[in-house]
Amino acid sequence: MTEIALFGAIEIGLVYALVAIGVYLSFRILDFPDLTVDGSFPLGAAVCAVLLIAGVNPWLASLAAALAGAAAGLVTATLNVRFKILHLLASILTMIALFSVNLRVMGRPNVALLMQDTVLTPFYGLGIPDHIVRPLVVGIIVAAVVLLLARFLGSEFGLAMRATGVNARMARAQGVDTDAHVYAGIALSNALAGLAGALFAQTNGFADVTTGIGTIVVGLAAVIVGETVLPARALALALVGCVAGSILYRLAVQLALSADAIGLQASDLNLVTAVLVAVALILPRLKAKASRSTKAAR
Amino acid sequence: MIVVEDIHVTFGRGTPLEKHALRGVDLTIPEGEFVTVIGSNGAGKSTFLGSLAGDVLAEQGRISIDGTDVTRWDTPRRAGLVARVFQDPMAGSCATLTIEENMALAAARGRRRGLAPALGGDRRKGFRDCIAALGLGLENRLHDRMGLLSGGQRQAVSLLMATLAGSKILLLDEHTAALDPATADFVLDLTRRIVRDNRLTTLMVTHSMRQALDYGDRTLMLHEGRVVLDVAGEERTGLDVPHLLALFARQRGGAEISDDSLLIG
Repeated sequence: MTEIALFGAIEIGLVYALVAIGVYLSFRILDFPDLTVDGSFPLGAAVCAVLLIAGVNPWLASLAAALAGAAAGLVTATLNVRFKILHLLASILTMIALFSVNLRVMGRPNVALLMQDTVLTPFYGLGIPDHIVRPLVVGIIVAAVVLLLARFLGSEFGLAMRATGVNARMARAQGVDTDAHVYAGIALSNALAGLAGALFAQTNGFADVTTGIGTIVVGLAAVIVGETVLPARALALALVGCVAGSILYRLAVQLALSADAIGLQASDLNLVTAVLVAVALILPRLKAKASRSTKAAR
Repeated sequence: MIVVEDIHVTFGRGTPLEKHALRGVDLTIPEGEFVTVIGSNGAGKSTFLGSLAGDVLAEQGRISIDGTDVTRWDTPRRAGLVARVFQDPMAGSCATLTIEENMALAAARGRRRGLAPALGGDRRKGFRDCIAALGLGLENRLHDRMGLLSGGQRQAVSLLMATLAGSKILLLDEHTAALDPATADFVLDLTRRIVRDNRLTTLMVTHSMRQALDYGDRTLMLHEGRVVLDVAGEERTGLDVPHLLALFARQRGGAEISDDSLLIG
């Protein structure tokens, strides 16, 4: 793997780390399997790209992308909480609706960002090679998100959100408005996906409606890899695990694709991802089974 | 003080499985009274407790707690007034959260939850002192996940959690039914202590007639959604399990007791 490919993998890993943290929020903390990110990630990219072209400040554009993601999350949460549609189905409905919305936002299937200023622009002239600046800036943003989120989840409100996911009945008996926490959690999760989309557009120089496909699987893969390499109980560490998992996942994919001996090519990415996630999901079960049978043998 | 006026609850209205679970319960429970509730399966005990907690909304009648009409309030809204311990030790706490996090959740019951750290300041120390009083050695395990505790320990912590936010009313839904006898005794003694020390108005549903008479100040028997027996004071002191059984049998139209679980304990 070349140096540029290595830093490229780290960079994209850091961008998707935000998706991973969002997925961790929905799947793990709220126990709400939410596929909306497949739509909110390209929505964030689209909103950000369109605003950048309109000359909006890149930080504001990124914020707007996060808010758009949050709005998408609220739609899913409303379908589920208010109208009792199964969470998985609710998120699929939002996701496919967003495909059309994203086309509307951009006015065409993809938008190129060529001369526009991005959040990265001020850092390009500092004498650090571009391929290192990008992961550095994204890394700082991700670190800030992790710190803020760890603090949030340790707050009274955040604790109530965690209780909502673990034991909603108990949470309600403790006076927690569980519905409100589902709204807030799913909105936050998709805000992070939207922000990731914005960073994706800015680091890659384009927004495309098809970039959303499989976002959820990539995010889930990162969460699972993170849990495997960093099986932490502490929340802050679990969030760091999501980031680490996302980077490791990208490195693994990069390795698999660049190892000529295996004969894989870039178009095999989705297959490699699916296999990786399946293996990561199956391994803990096999391990548990193995330890059960050794116990039984004693 | 709890005032219940003629509440009715029907499940599955208009379906073949329609069940009129509560058929006009009228009750006044003065502040600080410890009431035990018995009745056979399907008598409406749990529905009654659920209607006080807000899980089940009464379609008719009125419920007020400390003079506030709460008839239409949902569970989270009533939580500031009502604390609960469930039958299933797993139900009353969050297994994957730590003991101190569970306590922090309970301590904020009925309050607005903001962005302040849930375990900031000297709260940890407060929780440690609180839990040390249980005498279970849990004060050194505050960082342990709740799921690591035994059923009895979890019920004990749940009881403690019920007192953290200063609720007026404690609802216990067969909270010792899933425990072994020795642990059940411990939890019952703890219940008695906590109810007395915090002067809580308490309703305890139990399957055991023995417990129903041994604990508390007043005993209610529910049958087919109605209160069929309400004894307190000397009349209750003079009662023994066989009397209660006889009364119970009479209520059921002279039929023999077929529900073994009522005789146990």
